[in-house]
Amino acid sequence: MKTLYKMPEAITERPTTYCPGCPHGVAHRIIAELLGEMELTKKAVIVWPVGCSVFGYYFIGTDAVEAAHGRACAMATGIKRAHPESFVITYQGDGDLASIGIAETIHAAARGERITVIYVNNGNYGMTGGQMAPTTLLGQVTTTSPYGRDARANGFPMKVPEMLATMDGPVYIARAALDSPKHIIQAKKFIRKAFNAQARDLGFALVELISSCPTNWKMTPVEALERIKNEVLPIFPIGEMKVNEGVA
Amino acid sequence: MEKKVVISGFGGQGIMLAGELLAEAGKEEGKNVTFLPSYGPEMRGGTAYCDVIVSDKPIASPVIAHPEAAIIMNLPSLTKFEPLMQENGLIILNKTIIPEDVSRDDLKVCEIDAQAIANELGNEKVANLILLAAYAEIEKTVSIETLKKALRVLLTGRKEKLISINEKAIDTGARLARDFISSLS
Amino acid sequence: MADKVLMKGAEAIAESAIRAGCMAFFGYPITPQNETPEYFSRRMPQVGRVFLQAESEVAAINMVYGAACTGTRVITTSSSPGISLMQEGFSYIANSNVPCVVVNVMRGGPGLGDIAPAQADYNQATKGGGHGDYHSIVVAPHTVQEAVDLIYLAFDLADKYRMMVVMLMDGLMGQMMEPVEFHDWVEVENRKPPEWATVGQGERKERNIITSLEILPEGLEKMDIALQEKYRKVRESEVRFEEYMMDDAKYAITAFGTVARIAKTVVDMAREKGIKVGLIRPVTVWPFPYEVLEERANQVDFFFDVEMNEGQMLIDVKLGVNGKRPVYYYGRLGGIVPSPEEILKEFEKKMEVSK
Repeated sequence: MKTLYKMPEAITERPTTYCPGCPHGVAHRIIAELLGEMELTKKAVIVWPVGCSVFGYYFIGTDAVEAAHGRACAMATGIKRAHPESFVITYQGDGDLASIGIAETIHAAARGERITVIYVNNGNYGMTGGQMAPTTLLGQVTTTSPYGRDARANGFPMKVPEMLATMDGPVYIARAALDSPKHIIQAKKFIRKAFNAQARDLGFALVELISSCPTNWKMTPVEALERIKNEVLPIFPIGEMKVNEGVA
Repeated sequence: MEKKVVISGFGGQGIMLAGELLAEAGKEEGKNVTFLPSYGPEMRGGTAYCDVIVSDKPIASPVIAHPEAAIIMNLPSLTKFEPLMQENGLIILNKTIIPEDVSRDDLKVCEIDAQAIANELGNEKVANLILLAAYAEIEKTVSIETLKKALRVLLTGRKEKLISINEKAIDTGARLARDFISSLS
Repeated sequence: MADKVLMKGAEAIAESAIRAGCMAFFGYPITPQNETPEYFSRRMPQVGRVFLQAESEVAAINMVYGAACTGTRVITTSSSPGISLMQEGFSYIANSNVPCVVVNVMRGGPGLGDIAPAQADYNQATKGGGHGDYHSIVVAPHTVQEAVDLIYLAFDLADKYRMMVVMLMDGLMGQMMEPVEFHDWVEVENRKPPEWATVGQGERKERNIITSLEILPEGLEKMDIALQEKYRKVRESEVRFEEYMMDDAKYAITAFGTVARIAKTVVDMAREKGIKVGLIRPVTVWPFPYEVLEERANQVDFFFDVEMNEGQMLIDVKLGVNGKRPVYYYGRLGGIVPSPEEILKEFEKKMEVSK
C-alpha cells in the first residue's frame, strides 16, 4: 500500500497545548519534516524560547534546551561553539527575539554564527495575554495598546529580516507566512535553505514566519488568517531578503 | 630576609619593567616574591608605581604601606612617598628630573643623575635599571648577576636587542651605588 | 610539575583553567580583569579551543549556559557590575544542573563604584544573587598559587555536582604577580559528552532535555528538593578552610581572600608583641565552615572579623560562633585595602574593650 500521509518521526505523540487555530503546530511540522528529510533529527538541539512555544520540546522530539527570555541566540552560540557537530536551531517568538533578545540576535547574525533561527511573528505577546510587541501594527489594539498602537507613543513595527539582511554575517534571510497552503509550502522551501546554511557550514540563517494569534486577536482562526493576508503582509512582505551562494 | 621596595614614576619610565625584573630575579634566587602594580582607569601618563617584596619566608600582604626603600623617578612620586617612608629608610632618587632635595633628614638618599647617564649610555629609557641596580646593590635584595640574568626572561623577541644596553645600565647603577656606600662610611 | 613562573593572578588563572581542561571561554571586557580574557584570546586558539568575546555579560553567561549543556568545561570571568548582569543566567544554570566556572574579580560598588579591590559581592555570591532557592559553590583564594590550585578544584566540583562554582577574587589578586607552579594538563580533548548532555540524541536511547521550567508546583517542588539535597551533600563534603596559628590562640581573626592574606601579617605582628592571635580563613565561603568557628568559640576570648565590605561575612561568622563569644568587625569600604598596621590597631582596641 502506498503511504500518502504519515507523521514526521520528529513529531512526538503528545498533543500540543496551543490554542485552536494557532499556526505554531504548522511551523513545528515543517521543522520536523525537514529534520527527517535532511536526516538531522538525531543531531539536532533545539533552543526553545520563553513564549507560547516554551514547551516546544514536548512536541518536537529532539535534544532540547530551554533558554531564558530572549537569550536563545546566545545559548545556541554556546552549544554550537562547544559542540560544532550539533545542529542547533532556535525557535523564538517576536517578543523573545525582536524585543528582549534583539541584541543577542543581531550579534549572533553579525558573527555569522552557524545556527538557524526560526522566528515566529504573530504581532503580540501571546503567552502573557496579548500585550503589544515590537511587531504590533500601527493602530492595532492589544492589552497594552488599548487605543491602538500609536507611532508617536510606541514607535513603529520592527522588521527584523530587513535589518539583518543589511549585515555581512547572515547567509540566508527570508520571511514566509503561515496563512495559506501555498505560503506554507514556500515557508518549507525557505527553511530548507536556512537548514542548508548550517548543514553546509556557511553561516547564520533566519526565517521569519508570519503567524496569527486568533485567541488574542479575538478572531476565529479563519478571520485571523484573513487578517494576515489583508493587514499584516502589506507591512511585512514575504520573500527572500538575502540568499548567499550555496544555500539553495 | 625580607626586602620591600616601592618603585614609582611617570607611566612610560619603565616602572613596571623594573619591578618585574626585580621580582623575576628574586624568583631566580629561589625567594618568595610579590609584584603588585598600581592600576587606574588611565592607560597612559599619570603616576605609576609598584610594590615588590622579596623574602625568604612566605609573603603575607603584598601591599607596602610604609616603604623601607623607594626608587623615585619623578617629583609627584617623591611628594607621595616621602611622608610614608619608614624611619631611616632608603630613597634612590632620579636627580635628572627631581632637582628638589628630600626634606626628611632621617632618610638615606642616593641621588643619581639617571636620565643623563642613560643618555650617555645611548638610551634614556634605561634610567629605570640604573636606579634599580643601585637599589639592589645597596640593599643586597638580589645579586647584580641575577638581575642581568633576569633580563633574558623579560626581554625576548624584538626586545632581545635591548639586553646589552640594559646590562650596561645595571653595571653602571651598581658601580654608582658602591661609590654611594663608600661615601657613607 | 614544571618550574615556577612569575605571573599576574589574572593571567595565571586563565592558564590554569586551560590546563584544567577548560575548552571554552565566553566573556565581556570589564576592568579590573581584562588581562584574563586577553590571555584566553591568545592561548585558546593556540590549543584549538574556543574564545569568544560576547556582546554583553548577559549574552556571555547564556553562552556559558549553552556550552555547559554540552558537558564541556567552560568558564567566564568578569567583575562586579558584569557579575550583576549575569545573575539571571546563574539562576537558570542552577536549576538546570549544568556545570561551569565563573570568576568574579570584585571591585568597589554599588553601581559603577570604582575599579579598586573590594569584597562587597560576598552576599551576592554566597546567598544566591539571582532568583530562587539556589547556591553556587564559592571559593576564595588568598594567593595567586592558591587561585591556580582552586581553578582545578572548581572544574572538578562543577563536574561532580553539576553546578556552578564561583571564584571570588579582587583586583589586587588579579594584578599581583607571584611565582606559580602549574599542575599537569587534564586530558579532555577526547572526552565524550556526558550522558545527560544536549548535543543531539545520536545513538542514545532517550533524548535529553535541559530546562529550568516545571509549570506544576508539585513537580517544581520535587526539583527544588532535589537541588537542596545536592546542596546538603556539598555542605557535608566540600567545606574547606585554613587555620593559621590557631593552636594556642586566645583570639581569632576571620577573613577571606586578600584580607586573609593581610591578616596573616597582622597575626605575625601581634605574635611578635606576644599577643596570641590566630586566623581562621574560609577557603570555601559557600559552603561556609560554621563548625570550626563553633569549636574555636570554646577556646578564644573573641572573634575579630575583617573584610573589605560592610561586614557581609560577619553574619556567617556570627552564625558559626552562635552567640558563644563576641564577634567584632573592622572593614574598609569603597575599594580601600586595609593595612596590617591599621587592622592591628583596631584589634588592640577590641582587646581593651573585652578586658
